[in-house]
Amino acid sequence: MQTPAAFEYERATSVEGAIAALKERGSGARIVAGGHSLIPMMKLRLATPSHLVDINDLAELDYIRAEGDEVRIGALTRHVDLLRSDLLADRFPIFRDAEQVIADPVVRTRGTIGGSLCQADAAEDLSAVCAALKARVVIRGSDGERVVAMDDFHVGPYMTAVGDGELLTEIRLAARPGAGSAHEKVERRAGDWAIAAASAAVWMEGPTIADAGIALAAVGLTTIHLGRAEELLRGKAPGDDLFAQVAQIASEDCSPMADGRGPVDYKRHLAGVLAARALTRATTRALHPEV
Amino acid sequence: MNVTMSVNGQRVTRDVEPRQLLVHFLRDTLDLTGTHWGCDTSNCGACVVLMDGKPLKSCTALAAMCEGHEIRTVESLEVDGRLDPVQQGFHEHHALQCGFCTPGMMMTARGLLDENPNPTEEEIRVAISGGICRCTGYKNIVAAIRWAADNDALARQEVSG
Amino acid sequence: MTTTADRPIGFGRLKRKEDPRFIRGQGTYLDDIKLPGMLHGAILRSPYAHAKIVSIDTSRALVHPNVAAVVTAKDLETLGLAWMPTISYDTQAVLAGDKVRFQGQEVAFIIATDEYSANDALALIDVEYEPLPAVVNARKALDPEAPLIRDDKSGQRDNLASPTWEAGDKEATDRAFAEADTVVSRDIIYPRCHPAPLETCGMIADFNPETGQLDIYNGNQAPHAHRTVYAHVAGLAEHMIRIKCNDIGGGFGNKVPVYPGYVCAIAGSIVAGKPVKWVENRSENLMSTGFARDYVMRAEICSKDGKITGLRVDTIADHGAFDSTAQPTKFPAGFFHIVCGSYDLHAAHVQVKAVYTNKAPGGVAYRCSFRIAEAVYLVERMVDALAMELKVDPVELRMGSFIAPEQFPYETTTGWTYDSGDYAMAMRVAMDMAAYEDLRREQAEKRARGELMGIGVSFFTEGVGAGPRKHMDILGLAMNDGADLRVHGNGKAVVSISAQTQGQGHETTFAQIVAEELGIPPEDVEVRHGDTDRSPYGLGTYGSRSTPVSGGAVAVVSRKVRDKARLIASTMLETRPEDLAWEKGRWYVKGDPEKGAMIEDIAARAYSGDPMPEGMEGGLDAQVIYDPPNLTYPYGAYLAVVDVDKDTGHVKVRRFVAVDDCGVRINPMVVEGQIHGGLAEGIGIALMEVLTFDEEGNCLNSSFMDYLIPTSLETPDFELGETVTPCPHHPLGAKGVGESPNVGSPPAIVNAVIDALHETHGVDHIDMPCTPARVWAAMQGRPEPPQ
Repeated sequence: MQTPAAFEYERATSVEGAIAALKERGSGARIVAGGHSLIPMMKLRLATPSHLVDINDLAELDYIRAEGDEVRIGALTRHVDLLRSDLLADRFPIFRDAEQVIADPVVRTRGTIGGSLCQADAAEDLSAVCAALKARVVIRGSDGERVVAMDDFHVGPYMTAVGDGELLTEIRLAARPGAGSAHEKVERRAGDWAIAAASAAVWMEGPTIADAGIALAAVGLTTIHLGRAEELLRGKAPGDDLFAQVAQIASEDCSPMADGRGPVDYKRHLAGVLAARALTRATTRALHPEV
Repeated sequence: MNVTMSVNGQRVTRDVEPRQLLVHFLRDTLDLTGTHWGCDTSNCGACVVLMDGKPLKSCTALAAMCEGHEIRTVESLEVDGRLDPVQQGFHEHHALQCGFCTPGMMMTARGLLDENPNPTEEEIRVAISGGICRCTGYKNIVAAIRWAADNDALARQEVSG
Repeated sequence: MTTTADRPIGFGRLKRKEDPRFIRGQGTYLDDIKLPGMLHGAILRSPYAHAKIVSIDTSRALVHPNVAAVVTAKDLETLGLAWMPTISYDTQAVLAGDKVRFQGQEVAFIIATDEYSANDALALIDVEYEPLPAVVNARKALDPEAPLIRDDKSGQRDNLASPTWEAGDKEATDRAFAEADTVVSRDIIYPRCHPAPLETCGMIADFNPETGQLDIYNGNQAPHAHRTVYAHVAGLAEHMIRIKCNDIGGGFGNKVPVYPGYVCAIAGSIVAGKPVKWVENRSENLMSTGFARDYVMRAEICSKDGKITGLRVDTIADHGAFDSTAQPTKFPAGFFHIVCGSYDLHAAHVQVKAVYTNKAPGGVAYRCSFRIAEAVYLVERMVDALAMELKVDPVELRMGSFIAPEQFPYETTTGWTYDSGDYAMAMRVAMDMAAYEDLRREQAEKRARGELMGIGVSFFTEGVGAGPRKHMDILGLAMNDGADLRVHGNGKAVVSISAQTQGQGHETTFAQIVAEELGIPPEDVEVRHGDTDRSPYGLGTYGSRSTPVSGGAVAVVSRKVRDKARLIASTMLETRPEDLAWEKGRWYVKGDPEKGAMIEDIAARAYSGDPMPEGMEGGLDAQVIYDPPNLTYPYGAYLAVVDVDKDTGHVKVRRFVAVDDCGVRINPMVVEGQIHGGLAEGIGIALMEVLTFDEEGNCLNSSFMDYLIPTSLETPDFELGETVTPCPHHPLGAKGVGESPNVGSPPAIVNAVIDALHETHGVDHIDMPCTPARVWAAMQGRPEPPQ
């Protein structure tokens, strides 16, 4: 098997301690949580940190809870818990959709939402989910916390707003009325990265869409946020023609690259198909929450 | 550095390099070679063990990360000469041919049944989808796990009288 | 109480004897073995597909505290080991000296105290390369301006690996085409895929300089043949080499070749004076070990009055940078010329030309039965293409063109003599199991609603169990297998066999053969294998040959023992041998059945001091080398049902019905398991498995993240059926089955995908793998072949 290069290891006992360790060790230090993005990269020697700071003991970052008019998720929450959460399934069923197709059940016992978001692979399903839900994330450093919108969180491929000496601690989702959400993904085989994936969220006011969030995974350098489509949807009644227009925007506004998963034209086409499908399901869920 | 963890019910302490993967700790340091490895990218599941009762790909964890945790490997399934129903089920239903994926599959099955004692065929297929078998085409593995679920229940009934 | 059904003495559904160690995690696979003082090897591999080696500097690696040695081509040259012969009578570099010829080729071998240090030290070897243009596409390999890959071979002026090989009758075929009323042609590719057994390849070599004994631990599919090769390559006496295979985590043809890593481990042990273990990682396995298929084919099929009459195929075979395909000597294209298929053709003609490219060497692997997988794929796709043109049902076309039962033994137009078969019956059983008419109705209903459902069939005849000495050899070695059987004084037996299991259940099935022939319960028959010192010389397990050849050997040797037992029984019973009759486990007096001798009593007598028959030695044992009179010809009828998402192109295999006829089944449970596994592999090949390269020869998917293998979610609940047409020449009437499911399933699935898309989208061909992107492109009318 391929094996990692040598490094130092320490285990954080508090969030402050983790942040202090990152600061002290400098840019060669990396956080390890689930490790299922980082450790494979280290085995392939694509990542060679000098220090690993293990944050798996920080139980205070592992939670899903309703707080006021928000649902808050700790960054260390495991995929399997996001999948099983009835609170999320009730308020944001998009999570259960996505988690069923993220990696495989064994990986899901370890991988975390914080790790997925910070990995910032354009194909990360949860990045699209959080973007569609217009999540805000909390980043903590040695001089305090700041709250960042998802649009500002993903800066580029494998790059986020989390700076040196900082830690992502929480994801916040506004719980607004009339919500429906869904995630659609096509992959070559179970557990594979998406060829394309679409996350859609709507907030209905009566029969019309008051607000919408649509994001795409795997069809750009980073998560694609379809602002143009959201603009189009606001104030309109759902319908196939409207969603077909959204599909058109989705296929135009993404920038996929050709690779083993597919050529550019197919990915564009898929982005459109899945955006429409996700939107359709999100709207149905919003209008028929009992189903 | 020193790590201490529980492996198959026994507390073990060893001196390891931080970079030593759990799978190598088990196989090379503790001579528990029942846990296998088959890839470089955490895809094949041959290395699955249970950590605190949940399946873990041991090639994707450092031994150091397991300090303070409970690890169970395939060697823990048989107790006092009695095979675990999962092991028996695999034998009954010819769910192994070369045997290389078998420990990972069985530990995944054990983890599943401990959480979900009565899984449907679909739930079983999902639970083992993180492991690759080249020999069996999965059909007999699914039957074996279903057999184990039925026989786990029988054993529990017997115990509770 | 256990019944004979639960614990058959002989053939039947017997649970496996080898399971106990595997379910306890106590199998002994190569990487489980640790020897005192053992060192670890790692290979430095070329990042380039084609480049001159300007210099290799090992000085930094040599000063690493945990490095014992670094071996390069220069060092191997002094041992005469820099190049080694291949099974195809080519040569292959063990470590590259002048040039590298494929990405991943072996350049240097590090020997260190442990695996982690060996991996670290790889980065300390400095190699300077001068990249050269690469040839990646087999179709371009023979272009005049293509770079010359094998400039190491004197007289080699181009990238032709072996001259065009032909089979069949060209004139008769031209006539058949001239007289036909319908001709259909297609370009069909069988892409490069990989057997990828779950356990990668590796070896521990342990050379004892004092005794000259070389002990090798190595999971390989033909240990005796490997021993002969090492004796030749390393200049050691063959009887001083011992190969122990222990438990092997899957072979599927990937563990047939001799790999450079093995020779390096042996050289390393000789040089270091210690055991050296080398185990490849998965990336190395995918990038450098024996791949499968990679056939570019152009074919035409013709028919007259609705019956298939002729077939011609022109193939370019991509062999990679060295010709190391494994097949019998006189068959450089393996058994590809069985492409005549299961049909009563007037004529067929086949030509195959093999080329070098800047990719890993190989080609014959992954349950292909020596290129029969390629042949069956070709003919079954062509038959469907013909059905499409004739606008007839693909099952009907096949039924009307099959070889009829009374025509067996049937001599095909390309030189095969099929032994036995009732093809129409197998097809009918499959159609009944599938409820074919109902499926067609469902398909029509779905189509009316805009849903795409496809039904695809394939029918195959295989030729396995190589093979008769008068026809075949590998490297000049007869493809015969031995069997040694000894019944001990306690009535229990030990049978030593040449076959080499990698999961096929030999410890059970071969015990069952002895049980069937001698009446000794299988639990009392110990099967010995996997150790060249303790098993008779033979050519191992691949090409589905274990049951046909080693199975034949064990049947024959058991009968020899039974005949000896008869003579001993006649002395015990004071009667003439011809007055005795046999029932399983016992010789008894005809006409006085109470009076008899059980096999265990006969065995005890054989070792006792009591009188033996005149002129006969004591003991109860025999040895045989079995030369099969012919190949055996298992066959099958397969049907796949797929659902295609019309917007995404995603294909799901909903059902798979497989009816196999492999003659007499020794252990139906084991047979079914083999079929399940092969069908899963066929799904992989049809839908997702392909090794891809860019124009510079970089391998784009040498990990399981991107070389995709089906999981439990892509494989349906397989539905198996059987017919049993015994093989007339095999001692047990058995035919072998291991490869049939991988051979027969890809065309059924591809035919199903095309069937889903033909009426609505006009698709008449699509090349594998049928990934969502490729299916969607075909639906847009722009199908792309893999490069």
